[in-house]
Amino acid sequence: MLLGSATSVAPDTSERMRGFLSFAQRRRAWLAALFLILFPLVAPFKALAAMILIYGLYALGFNILFGYLGLLSFGHSALFGTGAYFCGIAITHFGLPWWAALALGVLGGVLAAAAIGALAIRTLGIYFAMVTLALSQCLYYLFYEATDWTGGENGLTGVNVKTINLFGFHLDFVNPIVHYYVIAAFVIVALFALSRILASPFGAVIEGVRESEARARASGIDVARVRFVTFVVSGAFCGLAGALLALHLSIVPIETMHYDTSGLAVMMCLLGGMGTFFGPFIGAAIFLLLENLVSLYTVHWQLIVGAAFIACVLFFPRGVWGTILQRSRT
Amino acid sequence: MSGDIILRTHNVSKRFGRLNALNGVSAEFRRNVITSIIGPNGAGKSTYFNLLCGALRPSSGRIEFEGRDVTGLPQHRFAHMGIVKSFQITTLFPQLSAHENVRLAAQTRVTVFDMWRPRASLKMLNEQADFILERVGLGHRRDRPAALLAHGEQRALEIAVALASEPKLLLLDEPTAGMSPQETREMMDLIVRLAAERTIILVEHKMKLVLGISDWLIVLHHGELLAEGAPDDIKRNELVKRVYLGQRDH
Ligand SMILES: Nc1ncnc2c1ncn2[C@@H]1O[C@H](COP(=O)(O)OP(=O)(O)O)[C@@H](O)[C@H]1O
Ligand SMILES: [Mg+2]
Repeated sequence: MLLGSATSVAPDTSERMRGFLSFAQRRRAWLAALFLILFPLVAPFKALAAMILIYGLYALGFNILFGYLGLLSFGHSALFGTGAYFCGIAITHFGLPWWAALALGVLGGVLAAAAIGALAIRTLGIYFAMVTLALSQCLYYLFYEATDWTGGENGLTGVNVKTINLFGFHLDFVNPIVHYYVIAAFVIVALFALSRILASPFGAVIEGVRESEARARASGIDVARVRFVTFVVSGAFCGLAGALLALHLSIVPIETMHYDTSGLAVMMCLLGGMGTFFGPFIGAAIFLLLENLVSLYTVHWQLIVGAAFIACVLFFPRGVWGTILQRSRT
Repeated sequence: MSGDIILRTHNVSKRFGRLNALNGVSAEFRRNVITSIIGPNGAGKSTYFNLLCGALRPSSGRIEFEGRDVTGLPQHRFAHMGIVKSFQITTLFPQLSAHENVRLAAQTRVTVFDMWRPRASLKMLNEQADFILERVGLGHRRDRPAALLAHGEQRALEIAVALASEPKLLLLDEPTAGMSPQETREMMDLIVRLAAERTIILVEHKMKLVLGISDWLIVLHHGELLAEGAPDDIKRNELVKRVYLGQRDH
């Protein structure tokens, strides 16, 4: 009898798990929004929570190209960084309101993506990675040298936004909780937009091109154009993330453009699960939490984070969320 | 309508490096009939086939579709004009379900870059995909990923995906490759049924298989046009007999 009940419990719980996961898939944007609203209640520091949002959004933008289309770019720091600089310059040099600066940040990401994408999409695989890396380094030096505009190696300082004015409300952006929720609001909008794009006809086309380029071509899909448009869409998300970073930090460090930051996006996606909706945020959270907690105790935090990364790749070959999804399917 | 020509090649050649895979082939393809391209392995059939559907560009020569010069256009433009191929080696969207494979191919006629509407709202496409799956006998495999289908089922899905593009001209490269005799018979029946509504160009190296269903045959050998004609003429052609002599499965 005992045995009988034990065996009947096992499929029952996995059934429930599968039910939950398919629910999570259908209501992915709502679930993510709910989580982000509750997140500061459990996160150790509000500023860290905001960083997780911003880098999560950046990794999410990267994941559109990497996970969904299947192209590995090593140049995404340029999209993220251009977004940050456009937003910062709009505020420091032109005194534009915060919302216009954010919009310009998105535009910056789009323009950088269009420039890099137009040159890179004719190549594939390792060549694509190298071309994107080279072009992003060009942009890095451009911003590095344009000291009058960008502050050069000191970074662009003075990106100060103290209050957010919205429909007659004056929100105190210095208050950490308000600060977090303003950023969260934009990330949530981005999540809904992405969810919608993935569910759209174009989302289907992206998957098709990833699955088989030859088949896509034979079915009438202009593969090069799909790649380009996806790159630009990815740039819009990364540009928004960069703009939010500028507002959050009140400064744009030159490191934002550095290729380290490109590697970060790859790492976060692999940690969380490439080609999954929640993966990039989970990856960003794991990475930043580890970095912040471990660096409290030792200056050699990169060693520990590196070891954790290797362990993750070994035990969660498809990333944490990706592996959970896969286990539940079999 | 037997005189109506849908596709025509003028003196097309294809070189791969130093190899002349195809050498100055001129031929005409009549509308609404089955034309088969035959020849032993390595004759250049697949190369010619890929020129006809735009997957390869000719090194020289001209291709005309419905009287229009289409030489050198990108392949997706061929597909939009109604020239659609199936692959000799099954090429599907492996992780996507049978239904999504067909639906996506159908979708590209309607929209590629629409990022806002939910794809489920394109109801007509869903129904069309289900209809085509039934037609090729895969209705019961609707939700299974293409990668998990049996070989014969994948070949049928390959046809279904091609049909979803609503081709005027359907090109099939060895559609029965690797199939059991039973599956082969079913595939041949299907092809004959499909020919009632569209032009079909069929590539096959087993001559016997296509003699019965073809209206016209084109024989390639060493990259050149060896002979063409109605099945009865080709059967009696001395050159063709010689080429196929000594081949195991003709
Ligand atoms: N992409 C390619 N690159 C180099 N050689 C090729 C390529 N495709 C085909 N060939 C060569 O061209 C010749 C004709 O091949 P193919 O058209 O595939 O013949 P068939 O389909 O009649 O068996 C063969 O010698 C083959 O090796
Ligand atoms: Mg062949």
